Amino acid sequence: MSEILRVEHLKKIFPDRDRGDLLAVNDVSFTLKAGEKLAIIGESGSGKTTVARLVTRLLETSSGRIYLDGEDIAHAKGTKLKEAYKKMQMVFQSPIESFDPRLTLGDGIMESLLNHGLEKEAALAECQKLLSLCGLSREFAHRYPHEVSGGQCQRAAIARALAIEPRLLILDEATSALDVTVQADILELLQHIQKERNMAYLFICHDIALVQDFCDRVIVMHKGRIVETGTPDEVIQSPKEAYTKKLIDSVL
Amino acid sequence: MNVKKEPTIRLQKIQPNRLNQKLYIFGGLALLLIICSFFSDQLTPYDPYLQDLSLTKAPPSSEHLLGTDRYGRDMLSRVIAGSKTSIFSTLLLVGFIATFGSLVGIICARVGKTFDTVLMRTADMFLAFPGLVFALAVAAVLGGGVHNAIFALAAISWPKYARLARSQTLAIESAPFIQAAKMAGSGPIKLIRKHILPNIAGPILVTAMLDIGTMMMELAGLSFLGLGAKPPIPEWGSMMSDTRNLLPTQPWVTLAPGFAIFISVMIFNLLGDTVRDYLDPKNRR
Amino acid sequence: MAELISYEQVDISYKGQRIVHNISFSLHEGEIMGIVGESGSGKSSLLRAALNMLGRDGLVTRGDIYYKGLDLPDLSPAEMQKICGSEIGMIFQHAGGSFCPIRRVGDQLQEILEAHGSPDQQENEQLACELLTRFGFDNPKRIIESYPFELSGGMQQRVAVVAAMLLRPKLLLADEPTSALDVTVQKQVIEEMLLAREIFGTAIILVTHNMGVVQAMADKMLVMHQGETVEQGLTASIMKAPSSPYTKRLLSAMPKLRR
Repeated sequence: MSEILRVEHLKKIFPDRDRGDLLAVNDVSFTLKAGEKLAIIGESGSGKTTVARLVTRLLETSSGRIYLDGEDIAHAKGTKLKEAYKKMQMVFQSPIESFDPRLTLGDGIMESLLNHGLEKEAALAECQKLLSLCGLSREFAHRYPHEVSGGQCQRAAIARALAIEPRLLILDEATSALDVTVQADILELLQHIQKERNMAYLFICHDIALVQDFCDRVIVMHKGRIVETGTPDEVIQSPKEAYTKKLIDSVL
Repeated sequence: MNVKKEPTIRLQKIQPNRLNQKLYIFGGLALLLIICSFFSDQLTPYDPYLQDLSLTKAPPSSEHLLGTDRYGRDMLSRVIAGSKTSIFSTLLLVGFIATFGSLVGIICARVGKTFDTVLMRTADMFLAFPGLVFALAVAAVLGGGVHNAIFALAAISWPKYARLARSQTLAIESAPFIQAAKMAGSGPIKLIRKHILPNIAGPILVTAMLDIGTMMMELAGLSFLGLGAKPPIPEWGSMMSDTRNLLPTQPWVTLAPGFAIFISVMIFNLLGDTVRDYLDPKNRR
Repeated sequence: MAELISYEQVDISYKGQRIVHNISFSLHEGEIMGIVGESGSGKSSLLRAALNMLGRDGLVTRGDIYYKGLDLPDLSPAEMQKICGSEIGMIFQHAGGSFCPIRRVGDQLQEILEAHGSPDQQENEQLACELLTRFGFDNPKRIIESYPFELSGGMQQRVAVVAAMLLRPKLLLADEPTSALDVTVQKQVIEEMLLAREIFGTAIILVTHNMGVVQAMADKMLVMHQGETVEQGLTASIMKAPSSPYTKRLLSAMPKLRR
C-alpha cells in the first residue's frame, strides 16, 4: 500500500516571553498509508490538535517535514497549498461553528467545488449527491447552520470535506461535541464512507474507548511527544508506558 | 403524613417581541428625515434666502409656522433647507469613515506585521487629537466651511472604525468556518468578501448608526463656533449660533434649529439602538 | 429517613414553551442521584429550577420542588439567597467561569464565608486550608494565593467543589461537573465529590450526558429524553437491565473499553 502522509520530526514552538516558549509538538514522526485509519489520542495540552493544524497548514510549522502523497507541503503556500487541499480535508470539532452563519449549508459544501472550477449547476448537483451520501435530504442545502442539529450539521461538514474527493480526511475531535447516540451514527457514517472511497483517516480524539473499534492504529501523545504507538488492542490491553496505563485506568 | 397535594400552577407572562415594530417605526422616521433633506429644495414653502425686512423677527403665525429671523427669512424654510447640509453631510461623513476605516482595519488584521503596526499607530495618533482642536487647526490652515469641517471630523473619526473592524476580523479569523473556507481553496480576496465582511458588518453598521447622531452634533457644534457652514447657508448649528442673542426675546428663532437637531439626533440614536438589538442573535427567533 | 428534596410533577417552560414535563423524584440525605440525557433533554433546567436560576424567560409553570418543607420555586430572591450556598451548593461545567478572574482564590473563599456570617479572616483562612487539605490538595496555601487563571481547568474544578462544600451544604447540585475535563482529571473530581458525601453526608444531584460518570457515582438515576422521564430507578439495576428502548440505545452508543 502506498503512503498518503509522512510526517518527519515535526516541531511547533509557541513563543511566550513571560513563561518561556511552549513546545507544543516535539519531534513527532508518523506515517499514514492510503486507506488506513490512524488515531492520535491524548488529553488537552498533549499537542494532538496542534498536529492536525500543522498537517493541514492552518498553523505554521516550526521545523520538520510533512509529505502529502510524496510532496513536501511543510511550507506550501498559494496554488501549491490549494492543490494540497484537493488531497486532504478536515472535519472540525464544532459543526455549527464550522459553517459561515450567514451562508447556507449548500453554499459551504459547494465552495470548494466552485473554487476548483465547477459550474454552479454541476456543483449543486454534486452537493445534492454528497448530502444523500451523508444521510441528509437535499433540502438541507438551503438550510442555515443554526437551523439544524449538531449531528445534521456534522453530516453536512463531512459532505463538504468529501466534495473535492480528498484521499485523506483529518477528523479533529469530529464527534466529541455530539450526543452519544449521534456520535454512534456519525461513526457509522464515517466507517461506511471509508469503505466506499478507501480513504485514509487521521482521527484526533481524546476518547480511547471510541478508537478501539474505529481505528487500525493508535498514537498516544503526551506533552507534545508520541509516547506509544500500536494497534488499539495492543495499546489498550498491554500498554507499555506508565502514562498510557494511567490514561486507560481513568476510563470509566 | 402529608396529604398528596395538587401541583402548584404558575402563570408565565410572555413579553411580546416588539423589535420589528420598533425597527419599522424608527427606520421609517429616519427615512423620512433623509427624504426630507434630499428634497429640501422642493419642500420649502418660501425661499430660505429671501429677505423680507418688513417682517423681521415675526413670531410663529399661520403664514410663517416657525416665525421669521432678523432678516425676515422664513424659519421653517430655513430649517428644512438646513437639513440638507446637516443630515446629508452627516450621512456622507459617516458613510465615508465607516467604509474607509473598516477597510483599513480588515486589511491591517489580514496583513499583520509591520504594516499593521504602522497603520494602527497612525490611527492612534489621530485618536489622540481632541476633535475641536483639530478642527480649529484645519480651519486655520484650510479656512472654515462645511467641507473643511467634514474633513476635520473624518480625519479624527475613522480610526474608531479601523480598530473595530480589525478586532472583529481578528476575532473571526480563528473561527472554524474561516479555516474551512481556506481549506476549500478560497483566496484572501474571496475570504474577505464572502466570509469576513458579511460577518463583521453588523457591529460596524450599529456603530455607524449611533455615530450619525454624534456626528450631527459635532458638525453643528463646529458650525456653532463658526468653523463649519458660513452664513447665509442654512445649517442648524450656525443658525443657532447666529441667533443665540435672540433667545431671551425671540426664542423661536434659536429653538427651531435646536429642536431640529434634537429630533434628528434622537431618531438616529433610537434607530441605532434598535438595529443593535435586532442584530443581537439572542433576540432572534 | 426524611426526604431532603423532592420534585413533584415539575413542568418548566421557556417563553411559554414547555421543555420539561411532569418530572418527579426525591432524594434522601447522603444519596446521589444521576440525571442523564442528551442535549435539549431539559436536564440542566431541572437543576437550575431548584435555585430559581432559570433566568428571565424560564419558570416552573407547574409542580413543586420541596426542600425541608419549603417550596423552592415560590421563594423570594432574599429567601433563596439564604439557602443558596449554605443549604444547597452548586457546581457548573466551567468552574473557571464562576470564579472572579481578577481576585485570588483565597479572597473569594473568604468572601463566601464572610457573606454567611463568619467575619474572622484568620479563622476563615484556616478553615479553607483545612478543607483543601481534607480534599487532598498537597499545598493549600499555594491554591489560596493563586489567581483562577493560574490553575488548570481540572484544578479549578476541584477548587470549585471545595468552594461549594465550604459552607457544608446538605445538598450539592452538579451540572456536568466533569464534562470539560480530561479523563484522568475527571476521575479525581468524581473521587472528590464522593469524598464530600463521605465526610459531610452531602446529597448530590448530578446532571450529565455521560453514563460512565453516573455509573461511577450515583445510587439512583433518572433518564430524560425531550423533557420527560424515560426511566427511573437504582443505577445498578438500570445499567444491568434497562427497560426502555431509549436507555438501551444510550447504553449501546456509549463507547466501552475492552481491556
